Amino acid sequence: MNIVLHNAHLIDVSLKLSRKLDGSGVDLEIRDGIISRIGKDLKSDFESRDLTGAIVVPGFFDMHVHLREPGQEHKETIETGLDAAMAGGFTGVCCMPNTEPPISDPFVVSYIKEKAAGHLVDLAICGTMTKDRKGEELAPMAALAKAGVRMISDDGAAVRSAEVMRRVFEYAKMFDLLVTQHCEEHSMTVGAAMNEGRISTKLGLPGWPSVAEEIIIARDILLAEYVGGVRYHVAHVSTKGGVRLIREAKARGLAVSCEVTPHHFTLTEEAIEQHGTMAKMCPPLRTQEDIDAIIEGLRDGTIDCIATDHAPHAAQEKETDMVSAAVGIIGLETAIPLGLTHLVNVGHLTFAQYVECCSTNPRRLLGLPKIQIKEGEPANLTIFDPQKKWKFSESDIRSKSRNTPFIGRELTGRVIGAINRTQMHWQA
Amino acid sequence: MRKDLLSTEHLPVETALRLLDRSDYYLDLLKKPGPFQKSKLLEGRTIANLFFEPSTRTRTSFELAERRLGADVVTLTPAVSSLSKGESILDTILVLEAMKVDAFVVRHNVSGVPQFLSERLPEYVHVINAGDGVHEHPTQALLDAAELRAALGDLKGKRVAIVGDILHSRVARSNAWLLKKLGAHITFVAPETLMPRETRDVFGIETTHDLDDVLNSADAIMMLRIQMERQARGFFPGIEEYRALFGMTPERMARSKAVILHPGPINHGIELESETVYGERSLVLRQVKRGVAMRMAVLEWIFN
Repeated sequence: MNIVLHNAHLIDVSLKLSRKLDGSGVDLEIRDGIISRIGKDLKSDFESRDLTGAIVVPGFFDMHVHLREPGQEHKETIETGLDAAMAGGFTGVCCMPNTEPPISDPFVVSYIKEKAAGHLVDLAICGTMTKDRKGEELAPMAALAKAGVRMISDDGAAVRSAEVMRRVFEYAKMFDLLVTQHCEEHSMTVGAAMNEGRISTKLGLPGWPSVAEEIIIARDILLAEYVGGVRYHVAHVSTKGGVRLIREAKARGLAVSCEVTPHHFTLTEEAIEQHGTMAKMCPPLRTQEDIDAIIEGLRDGTIDCIATDHAPHAAQEKETDMVSAAVGIIGLETAIPLGLTHLVNVGHLTFAQYVECCSTNPRRLLGLPKIQIKEGEPANLTIFDPQKKWKFSESDIRSKSRNTPFIGRELTGRVIGAINRTQMHWQA
Repeated sequence: MRKDLLSTEHLPVETALRLLDRSDYYLDLLKKPGPFQKSKLLEGRTIANLFFEPSTRTRTSFELAERRLGADVVTLTPAVSSLSKGESILDTILVLEAMKVDAFVVRHNVSGVPQFLSERLPEYVHVINAGDGVHEHPTQALLDAAELRAALGDLKGKRVAIVGDILHSRVARSNAWLLKKLGAHITFVAPETLMPRETRDVFGIETTHDLDDVLNSADAIMMLRIQMERQARGFFPGIEEYRALFGMTPERMARSKAVILHPGPINHGIELESETVYGERSLVLRQVKRGVAMRMAVLEWIFN
């Protein structure tokens, strides 16, 4: 696959690169999956594409997606999930281990790898921390690491026992695995349907208090510090107090990192009144105060990554009451437009900061090769138009599931395409 | 236009007042000695009572109201399995609707179910909320308001204390919205463990954990049922201590001039003594009689 991209605005933080050469932009030639030339007014026989007004960045990576295969193929398959990622502008994702069976076994890792082989979107795999996510015995981390796993988590559940968690940290240290926690003190969230606060009081729905998330973050930071030499990552942080705990841990020099989902910086608990079960998440949508703290955390680098927690569910799993309904929403196809609309275009983040959150940092945390936009490097690019105004509709969805409250949402910024070595995808 | 009764929060005050007036009318009819002269108001209408949660008095009250207005009535108490409840609820209601049911009276243990069903039914099918989770129980609040008005006159400026397990009470929520609309001053009285977060802000009312605070000033005291299983879940240490702090004991009755309400069923000897329940300041049995009258008024309004 050979192509020349004309008049692009390139942004590559690692190279301190932001080239646009006002008006004319930069041309970029890709030959056999390698960036062969970057320059002005390149002459070439290759297929060409004019990218005036568009921005080209190192390929975006979503470190937290649920692809549901094996075991729940009625919600999503590896193929449909990776197609959704590609349409959403991602060149890589990391899939979470709450499959059936869970990713507690290298055999499941190789099954998933085989299914994902050859797709434009690279797939990293998160293994479980404990066997079958039960929070009791350690997962076979050596075997998982050997099979290519770089991150472990019992996502969907937190490890309840502090003693088991301590052993997870100690054991994971031997393989330099990123230890990722779904932070939830389960004794405080039994039957919970939404954030505990004004709206849960009014609607009479069982609440999921912010402190239930913060207790586990605090416990794990203390354990990580006590064990020493471990890398700890907080999945989908959603509260002001959580952001504060992580900021303080970083200030003490601990290797603590975290991610936030697009729905946690765009929607509050009030969305439940409008969207019902489509706004039921775990952790739940919080308050404007929490959103403000999350945005501050993104600005000052406390929050390292934006990750979708893409969670496909079949229609009947959402078309029910608030307590029975499944948690989570699909996110791959709305993530970049929501980030551009609510973080970059309103001035909370620069393009460079945004690229760090969506590409540089997740790849670094997972120990993946750094993507650079320079001659001789493999082409791994995300391309978007930051000013394009459009409305997200059901027909834009490539995922097998349709569970999202964002249908009908007006957005500014749209993905144009994704290139990964010899494969490329352009939005119709 | 969809015509449902899902909450008192969103019920216009004019409608509420009209319902109070019409329930007075039906109450007079019910009080007449001798056989009740059935109305033909709902002749040809079919009403399905769907009680996914056990209930005796509310279900019976609705059934009698429906029959006395001449409707055809079917009552279902489907067993709710723990999983995929929603799917079967929706299936159940759509199947019944296909048999030409004009209105559904729905009780469910999860908040929001009547609204969920209403949004999925054709506009000309009505839904009446007979209690959803800990969200609302609008007909209970309406009948309480009607009895309060009968006992105290205009509710503007009257002080009503609602006492007990506010956290798990749809009756408290529906009453707070409605009585506030009618001009009453509301105080929730509950242990801190059974008071929802940000209650003052959400409902625009007062809160306290000290029943003796409101004893002198209250014109009416509404007691809520305490469920014994709350003790096992750590909400309060024991029934003796609960009664001492939040029971309307004879000693407290003597210090208060308030009329007493209770939505039932009552734990005799805990929230109230039997002598109080059947005493002269008690509205408890009147609430039950008013229940049928109010549900007749609601049905008349829904189908008007």
